[in-house]
Amino acid sequence: MTEMTYREALRSTLVEEMDRDPRVLLLGEDIGVYQGTFRITEGLLDRYGPKRVIDTPISELGFIGAAIGMALLGLRPVVEVMTWNFSLPAADQILQNAAKVRYFSGGQVSVPLVIRGPNGAGVQLSAQHSQSLESFYGHFPGLRVVAPATPADAKGLLRTALRSEDPVIFLEHAALYGIKGPVPDGDYTVPFGQAAVVRPGRHVTVVAYSRMLHLALAAADELAREGVECEVVDLRSLRPLDMDTVAESVRRTHRAVVVQEQWPLFGAAAEVAAGIYERCFDDLDAPVERVTGEDVPAPYARNLEKLAFPDEDRIARAVRRVLQ
Amino acid sequence: MQHAEPITVPVDTLLEWYRTLVFCRRFEEQTERSFRRGKIGGYLHVAIGQEAVPLGFLSAIRPDDVFFVSYRDHVHTLVRGTDPGTVMAELYGKLGGTCKGKGGSMHLFDVARGNYGGYGIVGGHIPLAVGAAYALRYQGTDQVCLCFFGDGAMNSGALHEAANLAGLWGREGLCPVVFVVENNQYGMGTSVERASAVVELARRFDAYDIPNERCDGMDVVAVYEVARRVVEEVRRTGRPYAVEALTYRFSGHGAADLFQPYRTKQEVERWRQRDPILVLERRLREAGALDDEAVREVEAWAEKRVQEAVSFAESSPEPPPEELYRDVYGA
Repeated sequence: MTEMTYREALRSTLVEEMDRDPRVLLLGEDIGVYQGTFRITEGLLDRYGPKRVIDTPISELGFIGAAIGMALLGLRPVVEVMTWNFSLPAADQILQNAAKVRYFSGGQVSVPLVIRGPNGAGVQLSAQHSQSLESFYGHFPGLRVVAPATPADAKGLLRTALRSEDPVIFLEHAALYGIKGPVPDGDYTVPFGQAAVVRPGRHVTVVAYSRMLHLALAAADELAREGVECEVVDLRSLRPLDMDTVAESVRRTHRAVVVQEQWPLFGAAAEVAAGIYERCFDDLDAPVERVTGEDVPAPYARNLEKLAFPDEDRIARAVRRVLQ
Repeated sequence: MQHAEPITVPVDTLLEWYRTLVFCRRFEEQTERSFRRGKIGGYLHVAIGQEAVPLGFLSAIRPDDVFFVSYRDHVHTLVRGTDPGTVMAELYGKLGGTCKGKGGSMHLFDVARGNYGGYGIVGGHIPLAVGAAYALRYQGTDQVCLCFFGDGAMNSGALHEAANLAGLWGREGLCPVVFVVENNQYGMGTSVERASAVVELARRFDAYDIPNERCDGMDVVAVYEVARRVVEEVRRTGRPYAVEALTYRFSGHGAADLFQPYRTKQEVERWRQRDPILVLERRLREAGALDDEAVREVEAWAEKRVQEAVSFAESSPEPPPEELYRDVYGA
């Protein structure tokens, strides 16, 4: 185990895999000379040269499409989107080409492509730069969608992504880059589609992922002082979605709260809640509660932004409601 | 339009091209009949009238080169040597199709022959071809990539973002791609002059420092001469190049384009005088290499081959239900 930040976990995994596999190359805006907006690619241009660390123009549709073409020809491109908001001009490439070309070619091609960058809200970036796109991408078969919350999962999931034969939507979170945690040494991987029980408890299951996991854990600490034992499950992957682990937990606790940063309609929490009802209806002692962002574009003002997204208190209140 | 030294194409090759053009024409006509009979579903975009462009270009590349096409992709696939039965079976939605019946008319693939597919969103495949070209040079080969698309795609953002990247990467010799604009005069029912602020489409590549020219897309020899020179240059330099081939589709945009209110019968008739099959036929007759009897033989051979393709498609089984779930993810 080595203690490192989420940022270092991502960067060191890129270095390890680029050293190991010459097919891995990086593309993105200001990832080279500028060293990366969030410094994930710091020093990599010097280390690997401009053919493998490509500074692109501000042209997501173009360079994400080009990365798909590289992947079709056998390379393993990793695209950094400065934020996931900027993936939208390239949505046609990601959804119509990357996700489906294996299928409509009858299995003749693969797209081993990783697109990574910060997703989500909470740092006063207002409407166009604060949104969570996991249910948008999670809707499409052919994509893998993961959202690590810890440095260890950042490393393990990124390594799995870099070795995957499929396009991977790799959702980081700007608020998590600086957090520290223990990371296993060596060739550590975390498989897709495996949720983790990160805090055991017997009264209620709290399901979260990405930044929301940390709020859920803080809420669990607070509730523990009231004698409530939360079992906190980190989804880690959205597609594939590990409902087995969630359902196994809910069958023991009989209660569930699902937390997401994104808007309520058609969100990940709705999907997880529906899965709980389908699998554990008879085990439930209370309706499943969802804690989500408010159904409005993200505001700028600090006080309004605070109201727009879940916090520990809202999660704790939802837990108390399902325990009544 | 530039005029280079003419390349002498051997008569045997011209005859082979003539057979190919006639066969592709009969094949496309058959697909229209099969569509009307309900054997082919979805969209059907035939390339009747445009055949010389893919034939000229694909005759100028090596077996290990690669290409990307729009959804008007039947002729490209046939001239590259994919078995016509598997192409027809794909259109029929059968297991024996190029993509096991899962792609259909718009998504013909034959990766073993460098055919990286037909794509259904106008302009959407162009960035892929640019990245593929980069990958070829990254891997240290001297292969090239052709990217075929119509005049309609010239106004899509995908073309312009991809062309800019190609211009940039080409400066380092890292983007051996040929953009082949199949200008058939209409993006569906909207003419080039009603859609593009600059009607000479080749010139629009000047904006990305990509050398470009126009060619006569109704004469396969003219297309081939340009294609051979351009492909050679791109292979040598690793820089992109664009060719606008002026062509015409005699058929409707798609199977539903019955009345064609956007053009006159006279206009179609005028272009029919330059039908790529007629143009080549005249050339061969003048050379004394083709007579009425030979034409009849080619027609009979083409018709027979088309019927063999239909028989294969008819007798091929439907994809089994388990195919529904295959090919979504890799291992």
